[in-house]
Amino acid sequence: MATDATAPTPAHDPAERVEAIRVEDLHKSFGPLEVLKGISLTAHKGEVVAIIGGSGSGKSTCLRCINFLETPTSGRIVIGGEEIAMRADGSPASRKQIERIRTRLGMVFQAFNLWTHRTLLENIIEVPVHVLGVPRAEATEKAMVLLDRVGLAEKADTYPSFLSGGQQQRAAIARALAIDPSVMLFDEPTSALDPELVGEVLTVIRDLAAEGRTMILVTHEMKFAREVSSHVIYLYEGKIEEQGPPEQIFGAPASERLQQFLKSVH
Amino acid sequence: MEQALDLLALSPPGWGGNLLRGLNHSLQIAFGAFGFGLLIGLLGAYGKLYGGPVTRDLLAVYTTVVRAVPELVLILILYYVGSDLINQASEALGGGRVEISGVAAGIWVLGVVQGAYATEILRGAIKAVPSGQIEAARAYGMSPVLMMRRVTIPAMMSFAIPGLANLWLIATKDTALLAVVGFNELTQETRQAASSTRAYFTFFLAAGVLYLMVSLASGRIFGRIEKWARKGQPSLRKAGA
Repeated sequence: MATDATAPTPAHDPAERVEAIRVEDLHKSFGPLEVLKGISLTAHKGEVVAIIGGSGSGKSTCLRCINFLETPTSGRIVIGGEEIAMRADGSPASRKQIERIRTRLGMVFQAFNLWTHRTLLENIIEVPVHVLGVPRAEATEKAMVLLDRVGLAEKADTYPSFLSGGQQQRAAIARALAIDPSVMLFDEPTSALDPELVGEVLTVIRDLAAEGRTMILVTHEMKFAREVSSHVIYLYEGKIEEQGPPEQIFGAPASERLQQFLKSVH
Repeated sequence: MEQALDLLALSPPGWGGNLLRGLNHSLQIAFGAFGFGLLIGLLGAYGKLYGGPVTRDLLAVYTTVVRAVPELVLILILYYVGSDLINQASEALGGGRVEISGVAAGIWVLGVVQGAYATEILRGAIKAVPSGQIEAARAYGMSPVLMMRRVTIPAMMSFAIPGLANLWLIATKDTALLAVVGFNELTQETRQAASSTRAYFTFFLAAGVLYLMVSLASGRIFGRIEKWARKGQPSLRKAGA
């Protein structure tokens, strides 16, 4: 054993966390208004990062910058070890690269944004078939499994407009799952829902968290964030005011603003 | 009455065959012009919405001028200018004068007119597509062309169809204006038949019936297309009740 002392200690430790998303010093301005003032965050594989904050704190903008639905003004975004090439003005340097990376990020919107001219099943197979080139039969089979999983198998041939918000959002989650995303991005997934429909959507998201999906979750549901997240980031006016494990953020917030915020949302 | 039917008989000495040939020409032109106009309209709408300042200005001039000038005047200008240009080009290249096909000329002239209106109809329809639909397409890595094909065009259809149905009916009737450049479409054929036989009432009534039948058939077809384009949308009638 002692003879081995010169050998380098193995860098690999089985508990080592694999980085899924890294955002460094992200800035975003709309004209003269700076909405994000240098946000850095990292999500490792299997982690759920919750971003909370008041309205106008920049939490949605931050999420939307990750897949370039908003063009950041500056910063670095690294997804699964691949840095998104940016021009000096923050716009993506390569459309191809950004399109490819987007197919690894399953986005769930506040307003569901299902394609209204397609049935639920068509919505779910759309990206696998037309963007990723999966054979239709295979995509359909998988889509039915996903629809079943979110409890909508019997609605496969229904158009989104004929469904409740909760059902539409569950279908939108199935659409995100259909691409086997490496990270799921949730942009206030329950904010547009009637209170009695929030629970069914949260149940689905909770299951996904439990099975070890990597997620970044912008939410107003504090109890839920506390329950599912592994790391919580509190944004205030475009800056990270406080971050840490949920027990600390919700149990013993250090910042006065965060204390105020948590009081106001309860 | 019997005399009128004799005049309208399909084989000579009846003039019915001529009328149907004219109708056929009219429909060919209307169809071609409508299709050409849609193509211009789609490019025009995308250019106006997403093009650079120069593209947008050029398109603004195009839609403004074409929609401002009476169609009859435009037809005369485009027809004579167009054939003159082609002939000059042909002579410059050492060829002789070119005989321009009436159908091709009609499609070109009416298509340019239709394109201006289609640009505006499609621009409005694209703008009416909820931004979330487009955003979802972007978020899932669709390229601009794929997004246009799979999301924008199908989603805007229901907004565009009523306007396009109007445009099609206008196209069928604008073919009559081509009579002024001597093209043998339905109105021109009718006029010839009528003046040869002095049976003005009979022939113009017959032509009127043919135009009406085209309109009625178009209405039914567009009704179906609209129903298809609105798939997935709850009925307005139910929402209003």
